[in-house]
Amino acid sequence: MKQKEFNFKDYIRNRYFPHIWCPGCGHGIVLGALLRAVHELGLEKNEIVVTSGIGCSSRISGYVDFHTLHTIHGRALAFATGVKLSKPSLKAIVPMGDGDALAIGGNHFIHAARRNIDITAIVMNNRIYGMTGGQFSPLSGSGKKATTAPYLTIDRAFDIVDLAKSAGATFVARSTVFHATESKDIIKKAITHKGFSVVEILTQCPTYYGRKNKEGDAIQMMEGFNTHTAKIGSKKLENNPNLIQRGIFVEDKTVPEYCEAYDQIIATAMKESL
Amino acid sequence: MHMIESGNVAAATGVKLARANVIAAYPITPQTPLTEKLSEFVAAGELAAEYIPVESEHSAMAVCIAASSAGARAFTATSANGLLYMNEQLHWAAGARLPIVMCVANRGIGAPWTVWNDHQDTISQRDGGWIQIYANDHQQIIDSVIKAFYLAQTVSIPVMVCYDGYILSHTYMPFEKPDQDQVDAFLPPFTPENMLDPDRPYNFNTVTLPDVRPDIHGQTAPGYMEIRHCLHQDMRGSIQVLEEIDKKFQAAFGRGGHPFVEPYKCEDADHVVVCMGSLSYHFRDVIDLLSQEGLKIGVMGVQLYRPFPEKAIVEALYQKKSIMVFEKALSYGNQGALYADIKSALYPCENRPEMKNFILGLGGREIKTSILVETVRNAVKHTAASDDHPMWVGLKCQE
Repeated sequence: MKQKEFNFKDYIRNRYFPHIWCPGCGHGIVLGALLRAVHELGLEKNEIVVTSGIGCSSRISGYVDFHTLHTIHGRALAFATGVKLSKPSLKAIVPMGDGDALAIGGNHFIHAARRNIDITAIVMNNRIYGMTGGQFSPLSGSGKKATTAPYLTIDRAFDIVDLAKSAGATFVARSTVFHATESKDIIKKAITHKGFSVVEILTQCPTYYGRKNKEGDAIQMMEGFNTHTAKIGSKKLENNPNLIQRGIFVEDKTVPEYCEAYDQIIATAMKESL
Repeated sequence: MHMIESGNVAAATGVKLARANVIAAYPITPQTPLTEKLSEFVAAGELAAEYIPVESEHSAMAVCIAASSAGARAFTATSANGLLYMNEQLHWAAGARLPIVMCVANRGIGAPWTVWNDHQDTISQRDGGWIQIYANDHQQIIDSVIKAFYLAQTVSIPVMVCYDGYILSHTYMPFEKPDQDQVDAFLPPFTPENMLDPDRPYNFNTVTLPDVRPDIHGQTAPGYMEIRHCLHQDMRGSIQVLEEIDKKFQAAFGRGGHPFVEPYKCEDADHVVVCMGSLSYHFRDVIDLLSQEGLKIGVMGVQLYRPFPEKAIVEALYQKKSIMVFEKALSYGNQGALYADIKSALYPCENRPEMKNFILGLGGREIKTSILVETVRNAVKHTAASDDHPMWVGLKCQE
């Protein structure tokens, strides 16, 4: 059977629109990539549960017509863990911002990765707290301006890919909103992967990060994502190894998934108690 | 100096004038512009303080606890779920007797999410051992912040200065900014007796046993219950201390004189509306309208909520015909917390007034003067208590 053509409106809750994102925000591209990925995978809307925390990115849970939970700041992965353990058949997707995922929710992030629970975390990294007005985040990096750093930050940034890798995530990838199709393809693989998947998508906040740091308008910021990144294994990267790498860094299918391992423990315990 | 600024900036200006040494905060709406302003002051060298942008509210209070223990004047600010996330540390700060000052831009609590104003966040923290002061306008915000540092360090108890999110935090109002010299003369330096000091090692907040036990010198040291009793006694004593600080403030700056409750047209009134925060000023319009109809009515804003100033409350209310308590918070399954407190304060009085409790404005539901006029007019007419108690003002559809 030929798949129905992709239509945005099949996957969104019209009543929540227009969305809250500023003109030029990259988050809509991530939403588009996510919905296209879901469509191309042929997933039913009822098979997916989206949990989110707080921030501009987290508003996605209101916009998508799946099972959705808009939870508290930093705790989206904890909620998703609860959902996944009680209904492992659901596809758990967690859109999160850099502050939500790695500041207030940093602890849940590393422990979800360590457990290798089958959740797809999409970290929409715009390097700033947009919703509350442009305070610097653990992803801003040093030497940047923010409303809480009018004379430049001194804090270093996390590398989400390295952090996810070392915390034990079994699928780790990075793309940008300039590379919308690549983002979609990576999200597809992440959702299909059995285990904890981290997809970092660089996205622009022209309103705060861009303006404060003189990175230009949305288009210039997006062009920057093209100029300053290179695909793993590409000639471009070979010529300039200092570029930010894009692509899939980890795809490990050998590590047991947490819910399945849990089921095995239950089976063992049941046998012993007989 | 005369300023026209937002409530958040009024708060930040108060913190700057009080020369806070350490500020730790995490962004949350509608508090954020306050800490942004402080970070600006610090970065520009206008305030000699450490500004620590932490990764959560829990950490913000942890930083304040450590800084205060080391003898620094510590400040933070938050709202709603941020305050709740601090919960463990709030109790710790009070138990450890640390004079931290915190502003809370009052906001409703999720779930479901709301970013708009009500008082459920701070009311839910009323039993943690923090002093709670509710400001009615921008002048009271800046003045209360300065007084709060004085009060906190005098009684060794942390103080929350609460003001309505958006209604006060984001609106612009004229207020008087005290001169730095005057504040320096008013506010004594913070010189704690016991503080973290490498030259004088201490052991803070170690495990206590249910009973008392001798310390290393063989002296019987207070146990958990004695320490907690002391906190309660000092909380009660802080009512008197606040009155004295308010008197000094009035002498220095010409403002104040009502540190506990702020009555409006209450003296000859038969009926009195009681509420907290900006609502008590909003109600003045309602009182004026109803007075024109011949009703003898006043409004009283409660400013000091913890410790609860029973004496001032009873003095203001005991001879009235009826009391109407309007609250932007509720003890679910019971009644409004302020209502319950006032009722209990009036219990020993003869000829207790009729009392009614109204819940309104939750999650920022608009409070219209016309609705308040009608609600109060009806409440005064019908003295019998309704079955639906507390009564909800402004409910639009019953689920």
